[in-house]
Amino acid sequence: MPAWLSPLVAPFIVLNVVIGLVTYVTLLERKFAARMQSRIGPYRVGPHGLLQPIADALKLMMKEDIVPRTADRRVYNLAPIVFLVPCMLIFATIPFAPGLGVADLNIGILFFLAVSSMEIVGLFMAGWGSNNKYALLSAMRAVNQIISYDLPFIFAALVPVLLAGSLKLSEIAAAQQGLWFIFYPVIGQLAFIAFVVSTLAAENRVPFDILEAESELVAGFRVEYSGMKFALIQLGEYAHVIGSSFLGAVLFLGAWAGPGPEWLGPLWMLLKAMFLFLLITWVRWSFVRIRVDQILTLSWKVLLPFTLLLLVSTAFVVVWRAGV
Amino acid sequence: MTREQAKALIGERFSSAQVDGDAPTSAEATAGRPIVVTLAVDQWTAFALFAKTTLGCRFFSFSSAVDWKEQGLEVVARIDNLDDGVGVMMKARLGPGVSACPSLVPVFRGAEWMERECYDMFGIQFEGHPDLRRMLLSDDWQGHPLLKSYAVDTPHPPYR
Amino acid sequence: MLDTAKTSKVEFDYSGGERLTMNMGPQHPSAHGVFRAILTLEGETIVGVDAVIGYLHRCHEKLSETLTYAQYPSIASKTDYVAAMTSELAYVMAAEQIGKIEVPKRAQYLRVIMAELQRVASHLLWLGTWCMDMGGALGGGATVFLYCIRERELILDLFESLVGARLLYGFYQVGGTRYDIPDGWAQKCRETINLIDARIGEYESLLEDNPFFLARAQGVGVISRELAEDVGIAGPLLRGSGVNFDLRRAAPYSSYEDFTFNVPVETGGDCFARYRVRMVEFRESIAIVRQALDRLPDGAISSRPGLKSVAQIRIPKGEAYARVEGPRGEVGCYLIADGSAKPYRMKWRGASFSNLAVLPHIIPGHKIADVVAIMGSVDPVFGEVDR
Repeated sequence: MPAWLSPLVAPFIVLNVVIGLVTYVTLLERKFAARMQSRIGPYRVGPHGLLQPIADALKLMMKEDIVPRTADRRVYNLAPIVFLVPCMLIFATIPFAPGLGVADLNIGILFFLAVSSMEIVGLFMAGWGSNNKYALLSAMRAVNQIISYDLPFIFAALVPVLLAGSLKLSEIAAAQQGLWFIFYPVIGQLAFIAFVVSTLAAENRVPFDILEAESELVAGFRVEYSGMKFALIQLGEYAHVIGSSFLGAVLFLGAWAGPGPEWLGPLWMLLKAMFLFLLITWVRWSFVRIRVDQILTLSWKVLLPFTLLLLVSTAFVVVWRAGV
Repeated sequence: MTREQAKALIGERFSSAQVDGDAPTSAEATAGRPIVVTLAVDQWTAFALFAKTTLGCRFFSFSSAVDWKEQGLEVVARIDNLDDGVGVMMKARLGPGVSACPSLVPVFRGAEWMERECYDMFGIQFEGHPDLRRMLLSDDWQGHPLLKSYAVDTPHPPYR
Repeated sequence: MLDTAKTSKVEFDYSGGERLTMNMGPQHPSAHGVFRAILTLEGETIVGVDAVIGYLHRCHEKLSETLTYAQYPSIASKTDYVAAMTSELAYVMAAEQIGKIEVPKRAQYLRVIMAELQRVASHLLWLGTWCMDMGGALGGGATVFLYCIRERELILDLFESLVGARLLYGFYQVGGTRYDIPDGWAQKCRETINLIDARIGEYESLLEDNPFFLARAQGVGVISRELAEDVGIAGPLLRGSGVNFDLRRAAPYSSYEDFTFNVPVETGGDCFARYRVRMVEFRESIAIVRQALDRLPDGAISSRPGLKSVAQIRIPKGEAYARVEGPRGEVGCYLIADGSAKPYRMKWRGASFSNLAVLPHIIPGHKIADVVAIMGSVDPVFGEVDR
């Protein structure tokens, strides 16, 4: 294999797997939601609706790409890409099995957190470039919300880092061979809850989806997008959700640890990520959304002090146990 | 405040007003029957204020108009005293050719939309209304549909 | 129609704050119909509301002057199309009051049963759409919406086996009702309302144990008692603001005095109070239906013969204002008859028209997200607003 090609193989495989996973995860969500609402969900396209995501993807590719005449073209066109790229980049540091990952950086989790915050730029570009009041309002809310919730997200994600003693994701996963961090008395559970809540908010999922709020802002920042650009934004959103689910699985649920032989590791990883994803979906289809000022109150007055305290107490616990 | 008390109070304050119509029958509940008061137009707002303050009729039900062809328009309003179950139906004939009437908005806030609709449908100008513009029809509509002179099949330009 | 250019400019007011004029509707997922609200915003806070209605205006009042008393009740359904029985009842009662026409006891009981079933169906739709507005069409709200629609379909099935139509009926005629209940209908009705009774408890716990829902509904859209009476809003809105007034109690019509039921009153005046009022009304309506079914007398269903020709019913000269306690409030029909087969003038006092008039008074000061919560709790139906 030529020297310039071999570093590209792993990212290529991961990207394809992620895109495939994202399309089928939409079907999973729709079926899950349907069962919660006592109906069936996609059923006709393919056996039990299994070809529905393919049909949706084809439809979006064939749709007309309508650009509003007064939109800021460069910003408008670039926005989906700027939004999508960080959402894909977050998969770079996630280890799917010991040694199986694209780039196992020693600042693994920091890379994830930093890069995932970059999508705010894409989001705001989309809202601004659309030249639409609703989109702008939604973009402003989005920036507000994501910035507010990134801090508790980081603090909650740092708790496993403290417990494992390393920023490297594979080492965090390896440190959970004995006890998954979610089962760590008190601190593990609290950190997990804070992590899930912050993830919901950072990904604009109900109950924090004030920025898309179909019944108020009608799709929010992506209201003016159609066709493939819309597909890219959708792809980015779901990729972020899956990425955060994988991260949660690595940080709290023991990554590839599970009964059975070693090579089943990635499968367990996938199952745990899907479990987290279904948890997020379950919350999405059960709750009404809360208002933007209530969201910000929750973040700054409740979640941030809580996670800060949690982090500090984790530090104390770690030092105390090391001393013991 | 019973119905009889209210009628007596109206009689002494507004002696020129004509109070009540025909006797009740078994087909209607006497309790819900309103006191029908026919007034002169210039007493319209004064009577509403009197009913709100003295008779306790603070609930504004509706106000509308009737087109009696040659005899002119008549404005109608109903207000209720919810606690005692007394209802008052106010009526005032505007006279042939007249389409101006004092507004009830200073007394009841609910009259705002009702009078706008009246203006929209009958062309009655309510003096003292803060924002008299068309309510249900578009701002550039010609004519006032509920007048008897407006034919049901009046053609109108296709909508933009 | 207001000039579009006027509604999209940004102005700076004297305090240096920036005001944005934004349109909400008429095409909008949560406008409950066609409703345009021109909002003046300062940031996320609304400082002014201009409500533009009339998109669904079909000139019912002019139309009624061209249709006979036999023809119009079916059209009357189209005002409040969610609770169609209510408007028909008001019209028919007004005609009966002028003509001094007696309605047989069986017909009155049937009217009560239908009115209360209609109230349950209408409140189910209200709950579903309100939660959907607050939770998103793709989110938690849609779950409650689908549950409520599932129950509402059961009631609509009952109506379908009775009248033949699911949404807009022609069940009433001057003098009584047109149809009698078929065999087995009473049993099916009892089963349906037992099922719904059980499910209401589920929805209450699903929503009230949820702090997000409480945060969205409590303290939002407070209507003071004085404002409520002044503007003339009625129904659950009035009772949610502390006024104990229900037409079924205050001015009983159609044998309502034979039934025992409670009238829920809450003093909060906010969306949550109105929600509580409607949730209790569910149970009370179900209780009334049970009582009516148990005591349904035999007899004729109409004091007038069956409808054979359109000009069959003539009402002598006179006028009347008949009021009905609909799910949204007081639906009234002010009818002036002149002796022929068609009315001289008919005015609809639409419950939603008066209810909607309170919006410009309570919305300023809230955020945009509250507008949908408030509109949902006001529960307008634009057929009634625009007629």
